[in-house]
Amino acid sequence: MSAVPGGAATSKEQVARLLALVPYFHARESVRLAEAAADLGVTPEQVVKDLKVLFMCGLPGGYPDDLIDVDLDALVSSDGKLVRDGVVRIGNADYLTRPMRLTPTEASAMIVALRALRAGADGETTEIVDRVLGKLESAAAGGGATTAVAVHATPDVEPDPREQTMRTTLAEAISHGVQVTLDYYVPARDEVSRRVVDPHELSQRAGYTYLDAYCHAAEAPRSFRLDRIAEIEVSPTPISTERQGPRSLEDGLFSGTDNATLVTLRLQAPARWVVEYYSVEEVRPAPEGGGAIDVDLRVADERWLTRLLLRLAPHAEVVHPTTFGAEFTAAAQATLAWYRPGSA
Amino acid sequence: MSAAKTERLMNLLIMLLVQRHFVAKSRIREILYADASDDAFERMFDRDKEELRSIGVPIELGSIDAYFDDEPGYRIQPDEFALPEISLEPDEAAVVGLASRVWQHQRLARATTEAVRKLTASGADIDVTALEIAQPRLSADEPTFDVFFEAVIERREVRFDYWRTGQDAPSRRRLQPWGVTRYSGRWYVVGFDLDRADERIFRLSRVQGAVSKVGEPGAYEVPADLDAAAVARRLAPTPHRVRAVVLAQVGAATPLRRDAVSVETGVTGPDGSDGWDRLIIDRAGGGIADEICSFGPAVYVEAPPELRESVIERMAASVEGLAR
Repeated sequence: MSAVPGGAATSKEQVARLLALVPYFHARESVRLAEAAADLGVTPEQVVKDLKVLFMCGLPGGYPDDLIDVDLDALVSSDGKLVRDGVVRIGNADYLTRPMRLTPTEASAMIVALRALRAGADGETTEIVDRVLGKLESAAAGGGATTAVAVHATPDVEPDPREQTMRTTLAEAISHGVQVTLDYYVPARDEVSRRVVDPHELSQRAGYTYLDAYCHAAEAPRSFRLDRIAEIEVSPTPISTERQGPRSLEDGLFSGTDNATLVTLRLQAPARWVVEYYSVEEVRPAPEGGGAIDVDLRVADERWLTRLLLRLAPHAEVVHPTTFGAEFTAAAQATLAWYRPGSA
Repeated sequence: MSAAKTERLMNLLIMLLVQRHFVAKSRIREILYADASDDAFERMFDRDKEELRSIGVPIELGSIDAYFDDEPGYRIQPDEFALPEISLEPDEAAVVGLASRVWQHQRLARATTEAVRKLTASGADIDVTALEIAQPRLSADEPTFDVFFEAVIERREVRFDYWRTGQDAPSRRRLQPWGVTRYSGRWYVVGFDLDRADERIFRLSRVQGAVSKVGEPGAYEVPADLDAAAVARRLAPTPHRVRAVVLAQVGAATPLRRDAVSVETGVTGPDGSDGWDRLIIDRAGGGIADEICSFGPAVYVEAPPELRESVIERMAASVEGLAR
């Protein structure tokens, strides 16, 4: 996807993290920074940033004793470097020792996911899933608000044994420190490209498994979605790059936005869903009326835009810059020519 | 993200959480918004409360003292705020880790990640990479999924334009949504149709344009014995499957190949060359024409005739539209 999804880090997200962070350390004695970051799904840098804010919070008295205690000296050395095996200690925050209740959305998403697991599980796993469902449902219903389960679904994609095999293969390559060759599908170009990469880590983001690696073709770190890898070949060649710091959830995934072009599309009513699906800069009614809209969005790869316009055809066209529609026009004409030889 | 704002939100939360009684608005202002003008205070305080509520903090409004003019006060009850004690055995924690990877939908995947973080914070050691067993996936590609999901959670009426087969134009519908459900590979919303005064289901992919939520949250009750999946089975038309035969250029259309029932290589294509493969695809209706169009000249439809016509019409309309 070449359009850039929205979602800058916000204060409320930081508050949500802090509300998990304090009870996390309360429930465990002497946890090291790196381990805590991994458990909480954030970078050690972010944990320290969050703790520095926490350090300024506390009871409304305004006295130093009212503030939450955080031992920052154990986590940041005198020259400003992170101490990854530093032990995190938080004190004077007894009122925040429990995490927040699950929101209805969280409880609902979790319960439906568990039911989906149950549908495809064997007897032993079914019994474990039932125990978890029981505990979650009673925890969610324990408060004043009842939790509506808003979603009912059975899984539409069966477990993918191919992806499991890949995980194992990649995990081995990572632990042996050897390069792998990937055949990787790039939707923007509808092509499979072969590249040699240094595999560094497997990670989970928004429901997909990614391989974080250094790509020798791009000469840069890249993330690869496992479901888009067609083939893996493990090579005996040792990797030649270091892992370049953990990448945060939001960054990294969508690179190349610096040289993106601002494109204006005119969308007829049936194509309006684009606005809700991709992050767009501006939306306004089209001069022709009739429910049509003009949308500005950033496009990093013209081939991605061409594929989108083909998918929406004939309900979308490029208003500006006009040169950006040429590839689409040519593709539509070429497609038509297969069915009506001579017409193009 | 500003550290000062996070700090203010945290301090507001702590202040309301540790007091046993409602805290007067004037006192909140004095302690946390001392430098703000009247207008600025009202704006900031409203926004701060909203932001805390949006992440699930239960801020209650009440009156402080019967003797005073009804100055509003606020509090957070610890019992309402905190997750009850919940202890997970190691095998249960591993299952929770697996469940957090089921959703392929960004918002719900985030919700499960957040739930795992809270359970971890509560003391559970959840290793999301522990069990290497195959796992199911749930996805929701319909752009209106999020808003219907929110409306169900909030119990709020929605209005939207809906296109039924055989109609020339979409019609406006008013619905109290009860639940969203997946049936035969499609998402539906189930609810009470205010115009028909009866339960109805709507297929999300047929909703046109934006969905608006109207009125107050909590406006109605969802039937306690609702089984949305059963309603969908009863009311949804049996989906027809489409079997399509297409030619794809070698190296192109990987997603179609993945779903192909059979692949025949070295087939002569519309350009007279044998650089094509014949794929037979078996799919539940809808969306296949869009997907085939997205590959442009790299895919050529042989059958069925309706699918062929649809691609030809769409491409012709684009080319003619551009010539206009």
